Amino acid sequence: MKTITRFSLLVTWLIALGGAHAENIAVMGATIYTMAGAPLKDGVVLMRDGKITALGPKVSVKIPEGYRILQAAVVTPGLIDAHATVGLSGLLNQAQDQDMLEKSSAVQPELRALDAYNAKDPLVSWVRSYGVTTVNTGHAPAALISGQTMIVKTFGRTADEDVINPAAMTAVTLGRNGLTNAEGGPAASKSPGNRSKAVAMLRAELIKAQEYAKKREAKDESKRPGRDLKTETLLRALAGVQPLLITANRQQDIISALRLAQEFNLKIILDGCADAPMVLAQIKASGFPVIVHPTMQRSYEDMENLSVETAGKLHAAGIPIALQSSYEAYVPKTRVVLFEAAVAAAHGLGFEPALASITSGAASLLGIADRTGSLVVGKDADLALYDGDPFEYTSHCLGTIVGGIVFADGAH
Amino acid sequence: MLNRLLLCLAALLGLTARVNAQEKPQVFIGAQIIPMSGAPIAHGVLVVAGGKIVAVGTADKIAIPAGAEIHDITGKVLMPGLVDSHSHIGSGSGGDGSGPIQPETRVLDSLDARDTSIQKARAGGITTVNVMPGSGHLISGQTLYLKLREARTVDDLLIKLPDGTNAGGLKMANGTNSMRGANGFPGTRAKSAALVRAEYIKAQEYRDKIKRANGDAEKLPPRDLALEKMSEVLAGQRIVQNHTHRHDDILTVLRLAQEFGFKVVLHHVSEGWRVAPEIAAAHAPCSVIMIDSPGGKLETKDADWRTPAILEQAGVLVGFHTDDPICDSRRFLRSAALAVRAGMTRQGALAAVTIANAKILGLDARVGSLEPGKDADFIVLSADPLSVYAHIEQTWVEGTKVFDLSRPADHLYAVGGVGAGDARRAQLCCFTSAWDLIANANNGGDQ
Repeated sequence: MKTITRFSLLVTWLIALGGAHAENIAVMGATIYTMAGAPLKDGVVLMRDGKITALGPKVSVKIPEGYRILQAAVVTPGLIDAHATVGLSGLLNQAQDQDMLEKSSAVQPELRALDAYNAKDPLVSWVRSYGVTTVNTGHAPAALISGQTMIVKTFGRTADEDVINPAAMTAVTLGRNGLTNAEGGPAASKSPGNRSKAVAMLRAELIKAQEYAKKREAKDESKRPGRDLKTETLLRALAGVQPLLITANRQQDIISALRLAQEFNLKIILDGCADAPMVLAQIKASGFPVIVHPTMQRSYEDMENLSVETAGKLHAAGIPIALQSSYEAYVPKTRVVLFEAAVAAAHGLGFEPALASITSGAASLLGIADRTGSLVVGKDADLALYDGDPFEYTSHCLGTIVGGIVFADGAH
Repeated sequence: MLNRLLLCLAALLGLTARVNAQEKPQVFIGAQIIPMSGAPIAHGVLVVAGGKIVAVGTADKIAIPAGAEIHDITGKVLMPGLVDSHSHIGSGSGGDGSGPIQPETRVLDSLDARDTSIQKARAGGITTVNVMPGSGHLISGQTLYLKLREARTVDDLLIKLPDGTNAGGLKMANGTNSMRGANGFPGTRAKSAALVRAEYIKAQEYRDKIKRANGDAEKLPPRDLALEKMSEVLAGQRIVQNHTHRHDDILTVLRLAQEFGFKVVLHHVSEGWRVAPEIAAAHAPCSVIMIDSPGGKLETKDADWRTPAILEQAGVLVGFHTDDPICDSRRFLRSAALAVRAGMTRQGALAAVTIANAKILGLDARVGSLEPGKDADFIVLSADPLSVYAHIEQTWVEGTKVFDLSRPADHLYAVGGVGAGDARRAQLCCFTSAWDLIANANNGGDQ
């Protein structure tokens, strides 16, 4: 886009920017990908009180008086980043803004992203400026059990105002990054030093949780154990209400995750899965979804075999997928799921499945499809506005609407 | 003896035949040709022979030589091979941890010509590349400009200058990466600049002694590998390729370049947008990196995708670089596209990965555009080079195809998979482990 157009747009948006409150909005789009049926041509989406109230072709949806009207060539649901560390791994990358890993012990399921999330970190607004309205963020990168993720909207207010699921998943890392001798791993604990030990420790923790549950049901109240935050978290995993998010990139680690799930009848979500093409049948048979590694992630160590075609191969096999920004220790300090989906789209995944992997598909995987991920009456007013194909490098995100609040400070 | 000589000769000829272009003229027809030396040509014709470009133009004006091999690439896009002005492919190295100034070290003595990163760069359409040592030193060593020909050893990749020496620059850095505060390394920016000034003054004195000796062996100073290279910089024969992020660090580079009269290219320039007029006034070209988000280190907290556009508008010569493995060589064109997204002209962005970078390396007489007499380095794409949906299908260096997406082995390097990755993380300055950087709070630098 020409600079002049960009600046005039900026002015338009700035004038239109009111206070941070849900507005009555009508978004007109030449193409609206609702992700709940065929795309709408020349459509309109109406929003009130942070919810979608109507949508349809321009000719059949009347825009009520007083509504703020926004226009875009392409409109999509607000994007969902199915696994991030934004808000915990801050932009500056200095000790004071890095909360994504507690190194004191290898097993700390009691840690909650909720208690660390910095809604004001500039990387939250950075990903929002490209259309991201929801992230599943938390502890993850390098410990056997690093903590609990949260699903949060990118309003940028406070953790408590923006959260939609304070304890979404419990993050487990198998493979090299989950070991104590991995670079940057939890140095304070001696174990797990190898893969066998890692799985043995996990099994022991889960068995402990099962036994704890039995004791909690003891008829004699005095014999019931006291509360234990670690075990309570794992019990929620065993009950299927807060699944384990198991990062596993090497094929043997993916298989270990599936073996563990079978032994404990766990509902799990596979994460990373660089080696997925080698074990597609097993993943498919398990029925578990995969949050695929970022398409453009660097290929070394456990991610050595990753490919830009993996997301496409998983999708073609009928395995539910979502994309993610994952964790970056250096630069870029965060990836943007829009860009990761774009490269996946161009390498076998295709346009609509790629868009689904960061909207409707991601919402289903995260259990938030009743609220967001598609444009349907009654769902949250989460939208992203683009001036062309959202995946094209040279297109711009013109604005992002989160729960009816418009964020637009120029063409990004 | 004669037999051995003949054998050597035969081997030499064999090598030449393998490395050099196919002898038959190669003609490419039907594609949109983006020559970078003029406007794009619809249904253009490119004629290549002996590793050089013979002719480029419209079908009605270009005669197809007899016996030529015709490549009908209708519907494709053909453009110059990409030039990357800053990369770390080939696992090369420069100075070690013994001190901050090591111009005597050469990437030449460390490069692995068979590293997968080189294969992947070919898949990304890169045909000419400046391979640099890391940025953990004030002066970290001699960089190496390479052509990504089919190669058994580093010698097959070298670019020979008319005087027989290998083309390359001198890597310098300022800001936090080289501020290690121990082992003779500076702890502050002022000390960094003082150490560099002292070294250039030593090089001036060395140069002057040689001049005064006027060929008299007894008066010549003992050979000093470091000062020898610094003298080449002072004489304008070797370009300084200077890592620098913050606006004040950029100005420091310009100040030193002016004091000692050396040619310099500013690399990364995360805060270049803040000092565009100053950079333009100094006539310093910039090699910009495009990162998916700001931050990750303090010096890049204010990095802005609008930098290339702002520099372009100020009249600065702008190139891009991958800094591979920081950015992936296979997505080099993406840097150009993201700069267009942030306001740069299409022409400027395409130049920044071709002819502008050729100028930045002082190789624009040979590479960077499709003109008769230049090296036959070009790529064939499935769609517009700035589109995410475009695939690089072929890469040609000096008339020889070095990458073909339709070959399974090449496809692997293009998309990744078993055999295309690395068992170990790249061991470069500042990329070893950001975890350790945080833990040690040492503001960056080699581990």
